[in-house]
Amino acid sequence: MSTAFPKAAKVALGMPQLRSNLAHATGTIRGKRAAVAAELDDWEQLRDAASAVKADVQRHLPELLETFERNAIEAGAKVHWARDGAEANRIAARITREAGADEVVKVKSMATQEIELNEHFEAEGLAAWETDLAELIVQLAEDRPSHILVPAIHYNRTEIRDIFKGRMKDAPADLTDDPAALAEAARRHLRRRFLSAKVAVSGANFAIAETGSLVVVESEGNGRMCLTMPETLISIVGVEKLLPSFDDLEVFMQLLPRSSTGERMNPYSSIWTGRAEGDGPKDVHIILLDNGRTDVLADEVGRQALSCIRCSACLNVCPVYERTGGHAYGHVYPGPIGAILAPQLEPGRHDDLPYASSLCGACYEVCPVKINIPEVLVHLRQTGPHGAGEKAAMGAAQAVMARPGLWRAALRAARFFSRPWRRRGYVRRLPFPGSKWTVSRDLGVPPKESFRDWWKEHER
Amino acid sequence: MNAKEEILARIGRALDGTEETVEVPRRYRRSLDEGTDVVELLIDRLVDYKANVHHGLESIEAALGEAKKVVVPADLPAGWRRGGAEYIEDDALATDELDGMDAVLTGCAAAVAVSGTIMLDAGPAQGRRAITLVPDHHVVVVGRDQIVGHLAQALPRLSRTDPQTWISGPSATSDIELQRVEGVHGPRRLDVVIADL
Repeated sequence: MSTAFPKAAKVALGMPQLRSNLAHATGTIRGKRAAVAAELDDWEQLRDAASAVKADVQRHLPELLETFERNAIEAGAKVHWARDGAEANRIAARITREAGADEVVKVKSMATQEIELNEHFEAEGLAAWETDLAELIVQLAEDRPSHILVPAIHYNRTEIRDIFKGRMKDAPADLTDDPAALAEAARRHLRRRFLSAKVAVSGANFAIAETGSLVVVESEGNGRMCLTMPETLISIVGVEKLLPSFDDLEVFMQLLPRSSTGERMNPYSSIWTGRAEGDGPKDVHIILLDNGRTDVLADEVGRQALSCIRCSACLNVCPVYERTGGHAYGHVYPGPIGAILAPQLEPGRHDDLPYASSLCGACYEVCPVKINIPEVLVHLRQTGPHGAGEKAAMGAAQAVMARPGLWRAALRAARFFSRPWRRRGYVRRLPFPGSKWTVSRDLGVPPKESFRDWWKEHER
Repeated sequence: MNAKEEILARIGRALDGTEETVEVPRRYRRSLDEGTDVVELLIDRLVDYKANVHHGLESIEAALGEAKKVVVPADLPAGWRRGGAEYIEDDALATDELDGMDAVLTGCAAAVAVSGTIMLDAGPAQGRRAITLVPDHHVVVVGRDQIVGHLAQALPRLSRTDPQTWISGPSATSDIELQRVEGVHGPRRLDVVIADL
């Protein structure tokens, strides 16, 4: 079983600046989300509808995909299918070359991060430029994203200023750490690139079967730039992104902005259907991506993870995420949703992530599509691998707990041997094999007196 | 098997034995409480987004401010071209020409009060998407009867398969410490003229 998360988490916990940045940012967004969600007196009804729409989509995926494809083609788009990330990357690179380009501008997209499109393009001698401010920061810093919505959440403004000054060639010499000044620097840096780009790559928040349309939700206008200005547009869309009808947006476009950035509506949303004469790209491609999604679909409990609309509300409320940050999860999808999505998308590689949770349930409460994340976490813990040591420990525990005399004796022994730590209240490190437990948690010290003993005393 | 066939076959296997349909409970609102002043609500939301709000077509000149070169869709009503600015009709202007404009003046398809959202769908007086994107200042005329309270009331007013842009305030980002800052790549100044059309 992989132990990547506990180790990475330990490193992250030792970085006070990181913890302070994360606590500040997640605290801000938690407050905003709660306020705008509370404004809608039908919030729970919206969640119920969204959850059911997504579950229904999963059950009708083949028909919906074919309907979407037919309508998109009719509207002038070219639709491709990709079994995995490598196939999607090859298709995107080929279209880019055929358009006579050696670089693309990119709209922030989790799907393209998941399939490592940028790395693939680089290996093929093509350049992929991120244009979302946070993605730009991460790309300039040669770092990895640490949050679904705000990939640079682990940096504060001063650190961002330093990254710009050090790595952005045209950054002004007198750049301050005022967020407005940083945004202005990004605007100047990317403007020429937007206005001259031949090819853009995007993802999509929603794909509407009924019309063959794609929807991209954003804030800065970099999305509009990429979706409007180039001649060629390549959109890489997970097969689970479908919505049956245009009117379903009345549900999802209320839930998504309020859950993600805590706004009543995000500044810009673009909806396009194939090609439009004299308006936007002339060559419009859509790549429908599987990359493990159909395996997730096969798990009746786990498949609800495919309902995710990538709002990241679950990250912002998670006590584990707030302390470790996103990098510790070792996957593009961090936080609670990542803990159930990553092990299902890449079986065998993230078996420790379902344990990166206290099962407090805050994620389920804020999820706009009501994914029961704790339920899936427990399910994945049950179905995941269990090491020989864990099995032996559980076997021993079972033997002791099944015999009341033995159990009382074990508790007495635990009270006796833990006396030196009673004052502190916890043990930080046990010797092997107990170290397996204490590597990522403190062990509470049993109280002086057990409840049974106390009850005996006070019963009368 | 090609990729499409294989993916559809995988889905078929994954769903094997799954019950057919999930009933979608649609008990959510489709309108605001009766008697809500949707114009006032829209203004409140727009101001919250740091958009500027003006009243009546005669305020277009003030909304344009210092702008000298203003791009407009060819079908913009003649009565909207007010003041001393030079109005340049978009006749498939090159990107660099668009980049030289001080402002753009358009109408819209609908506006949603509760979220402060103005919707363009390439319909009358709206033009193609690039003209409302490249200039740094967008002045948009919203007719009082184009304003609805709720998102669900606006969707039927849109041309579904034409390119749409939903705009809620000027360009902004929350990428630095999750605080909203106005002004990145889209128009940094948004002026909304509310008028009887």
